[in-house]
Amino acid sequence: MSHKTPEQGTGEIAEYEVPETSVPENDVATFSELVGHTHAAAKLDPTAEPVLTVENLRMYFPVRSTGLVRRKIGDVQAVDGISFQVPTGGSLGLVGESGCGKSTTGRLITRLYKPTGGSMEFAGVDLAKLSNRELKPHRRNVQMIFQDPYTSLNPRQTVGGIVGAPLAVHNILPKNQIKARVQELLEVVGLSPEHYNRYPNEFSGGQRQRIGIARALTLNPKLLVADEPVSALDVSIQAQVINLLQDIQQEFGVAFLFIAHDLAVVRHFCPEVAVMYLGKIVEIGDRESIYSHAHHPYTQALLSAVPDIKQAVTGERRERIRLTGDVPSPIDPPSGCRFRTRCPIAQEICARHEPPLLQIGKRHKVACHFPGRLGEHPREPFTARLLGVDREGQPDPGSSPATDLVEQPGYAETWFDLDAKTIGRA
Amino acid sequence: MFAYVVKRLLSGVVVLFLVSMTIFLVFWYGPQEPAQVVCDRQTSNRCGERIELYRENLGYNNAWYEEYGTFLKGIAVGRDIKFGNRELSCAAPCLGRSYLNDAPVWEEMKTRMPATFSVAIGGAALYLLLGIPIGIAAARRRGTLADKALVSSFLVISSIPYYLFALLVWLFLTISWEIPLFAETGYFPLTDNPAKWFSGLFLAWIALGVFGCTSYTRYTRGSMVEVLGEDYIRTAKAKGLASTKVVYKHGLRSALVPVVTIFGIDFGTLLAGTIFTEQIFDIEGIGRWALNAVYQRDLPVVAATALFGATILIISNLIVDVVYSILDPRVRFS
Amino acid sequence: MTAAEPMTTPAPTGGSVEDEPLLVIEDLTVRFPTEDGVVSAVTDLSYSVDLGKTLGIVGESGSGKSVSSMAVLGLHDARTARISGSIRLRGAEIVGMSEAKLRKLRGNEVAMIFQDALAALHPFYRVGNQLAEAYQEHHPDASKRDARRKAIEMLDRVGIPRPDRRVDDFPHQFSGGMRQRAMIAMGLINDPSLLIADEPTTALDVTVQAQILDLLQDLQREFNSAVIIITHDLGVIAEMADDVLVMYSGRAVEYGPCKDILVHPEMPYTWGLLSSVPDVTSDPDARMIPIPGNPPSLLAPPTGCPFHPRCAHRDKVPGDLCRTALPELLPGGRGGHHVKRCHLTNPDAIYEAEVLPEIAPDLAEER
Repeated sequence: MSHKTPEQGTGEIAEYEVPETSVPENDVATFSELVGHTHAAAKLDPTAEPVLTVENLRMYFPVRSTGLVRRKIGDVQAVDGISFQVPTGGSLGLVGESGCGKSTTGRLITRLYKPTGGSMEFAGVDLAKLSNRELKPHRRNVQMIFQDPYTSLNPRQTVGGIVGAPLAVHNILPKNQIKARVQELLEVVGLSPEHYNRYPNEFSGGQRQRIGIARALTLNPKLLVADEPVSALDVSIQAQVINLLQDIQQEFGVAFLFIAHDLAVVRHFCPEVAVMYLGKIVEIGDRESIYSHAHHPYTQALLSAVPDIKQAVTGERRERIRLTGDVPSPIDPPSGCRFRTRCPIAQEICARHEPPLLQIGKRHKVACHFPGRLGEHPREPFTARLLGVDREGQPDPGSSPATDLVEQPGYAETWFDLDAKTIGRA
Repeated sequence: MFAYVVKRLLSGVVVLFLVSMTIFLVFWYGPQEPAQVVCDRQTSNRCGERIELYRENLGYNNAWYEEYGTFLKGIAVGRDIKFGNRELSCAAPCLGRSYLNDAPVWEEMKTRMPATFSVAIGGAALYLLLGIPIGIAAARRRGTLADKALVSSFLVISSIPYYLFALLVWLFLTISWEIPLFAETGYFPLTDNPAKWFSGLFLAWIALGVFGCTSYTRYTRGSMVEVLGEDYIRTAKAKGLASTKVVYKHGLRSALVPVVTIFGIDFGTLLAGTIFTEQIFDIEGIGRWALNAVYQRDLPVVAATALFGATILIISNLIVDVVYSILDPRVRFS
Repeated sequence: MTAAEPMTTPAPTGGSVEDEPLLVIEDLTVRFPTEDGVVSAVTDLSYSVDLGKTLGIVGESGSGKSVSSMAVLGLHDARTARISGSIRLRGAEIVGMSEAKLRKLRGNEVAMIFQDALAALHPFYRVGNQLAEAYQEHHPDASKRDARRKAIEMLDRVGIPRPDRRVDDFPHQFSGGMRQRAMIAMGLINDPSLLIADEPTTALDVTVQAQILDLLQDLQREFNSAVIIITHDLGVIAEMADDVLVMYSGRAVEYGPCKDILVHPEMPYTWGLLSSVPDVTSDPDARMIPIPGNPPSLLAPPTGCPFHPRCAHRDKVPGDLCRTALPELLPGGRGGHHVKRCHLTNPDAIYEAEVLPEIAPDLAEER
């Protein structure tokens, strides 16, 4: 975190900021009023058409040697062939640990980077292929909310300037109407219109994040990419911002690609979640599938690692899947399944073949040779027959590999039902 | 690390090549024709028709790149220089011969280097020896009255123009107060008489050092204050280390990184010649020589001193970067 | 500490020094005079920690949780901090202790590990040398070789693979989790009786956080040290702490056994903390109920209860009490060591009836 409170640093009051109390003293809501302004976890609308369809998206950053001649010696495969959809007005959560490629994905969607390959179809246009000039009219539809409210706002610009800038850049409104629009936006995000002429440093972290949200909303985007929007904020403020984002989603029908490492916040905000590991989606599905019926050992390990307040209630210690070691380097990822070096159930086939992302439920896909609920992983690789190999991953001349294992965005009508060992159907 | 140094040296050579070409071209196409200057001087301003002869002799009738090639060749292996009907040899590194007295420029430069280097090394040593300890002391007492008094008085000193400061030093210490140690300023070779060498340069060092150390105090203080707020300093304190150890072992090394960068450039500038200092304290160094050459339009000397300055700066920059990577392992290992 | 107000001391003291817990803090107040006025970072704080026990301190930025623990190491600069009250470690008074004596405590009897290990380790020195330095400082007779061997042993103990080779790495060559392990190794190298962990896992990924928390628990069992863990994450508290201290605006607002505080919280700020973070296993109907407003200014703390400007339950307290009178730290309805600072008369009932159904509908039904 970039800003320092007196608690960090030397303990001397070097940069102490005085947050203003935006709520007047005699105007505190009662608890029931407070609850009235909150939302339960967002619900899935299964009929919603996708607003964004990402297919086989890849981003490789070249790595150069340090010697006399800087040869290219490899690639950081930050994002390596991921596919997903974000429903219109809905939310997809992207979770994973640092270095998994989730933030890079967000930057690709907002075209802060140009993808190495793949497509990102938004309203019939493939954003991945457009040049920067061609992109300009489309940029207003996809906006970004950044993590750090302390560095993402220009300290020399007023709030009005920050929030109004996109209107001026895109020539949306005549100059004399910008102020009114900005003040309207400030009210939407819970700030006072009088804050128009103030500077970011006069605001607390939560209020700055509100300014960042107002800026992102200025152009009426259809999709907001929120990259860790609350992780830099104090816990009591996080809930304010999450509820605000839910308000905005319901009022304006904006879709969210919600990137966060906090599994609990993602669970609350997103009816659908994709779990990433080393540049790949390892599991994707609706909330219930991911949080209650995770089939990938990495998802299970992630979930079991989250500290749980309920343990204090029951007094029990939940059994935790201990992952050993660190995430391998994305320059030289492991062969086969990228998670196998840390996976508690990995077998030989995992080193030889990359598991395909298979649909195993109505809205649930998993990329694992041994998919199963915690403690119920099959002994034989589920994928061997599909890949045309034996249980060790050696080619099996007797079998006929499936040909349609290419990763598709969205879900098919039929799937592999692991429990019934049949093809499931909607 | 080795590859890095080699790479930097190669790029330094490229830069020097470009600098030398720029200097060469500036004079070649400059506002005043060098042949005219030489001709006027040697004929007591009755050059007239003889200009053609001078042009031919000095090579100004050839294409610039031919002459530039000759110039480069001279630096590498030496060359012969025709001056009228005389032919004079000029050994490598040949930087030409002075238009004023025909002396080989490199020979003259060699005799002046010890003076300039003596001034520069002494002055720069004082930058560090005074500036860094005072800066550290001020950083440790930041916010106190002593710190504020020091910072503001140093600000006053550094806002005086340097030539005025040096002149005042000389006027008071040598002329008004007649302090015996400072009675005779100038450069006396160290090998002849170390005591005289010291006393002759002492005043110049003081002027340079005291003036320059104000900046170094500021850099060190600022850098140190910042470093002392770092988390790893808190860690060092939490280990139970004594505060001197915290400041000097854990703080100073980080705090010096930005200071080293500035010092490299400053020291390079000093080594290339200190015009005011040499002029005021009567030291026959490179700065004074270069200044005089500009007055006299002694082209080979001007070009040589400019090239010399560029070389020194490139080398000192390289040294800064090497020192930088010694101080900070993150630079070394990335 | 006077006999007239025994309630403000949560852990009963009295008796001789031998009976006293390892660390006893009484009425600790830390103020920083600044140009804008006096910052009251910690006010009248009292708590204690026993050997082998873990105290969790929860609060947001500016709540005073880190300032108070820095005071235990005597790390505040005497020129900028005004400290009063008492901090006793094994009966020895730390407030006002000489710098020489403090240095013998720091890193030896009391060690601290910090949030951001990349910033907290010196970037220019090898990890092993930084560990060895901590060892040699308190073992002046140890040779360089001894210290190096000890450093390797500690790196091995905290689970760093091939410690004999990694000992010569620089911090930036370690991964985030390994750096935090190295930080812990440095903290434990002199076998301290008190370890203060200031947000030790905040900068880490969840799986790494789980590794570090497990490691801390294993080590605590092995070394039988007292641990203070400072965090804003109630989940971490639930996993680690025996006792919990909730701080707000520099004061203790609720203090007691971990289970009591998390299951039967009696202070609306604690409710707010619980309700503003969701849980990975919670009911999808659960809400994230924010605490309105922003943390208070420490320059001009609110009158009365410091939480009253943000408290959604003020309407249940008669009159203007919350605004005018600071509630005392009194035992809650369930007795024991559980104390809270609140004017509400029946907080447990309000929590069960109003708060719990919104943040954990499933739990509320069970009761």
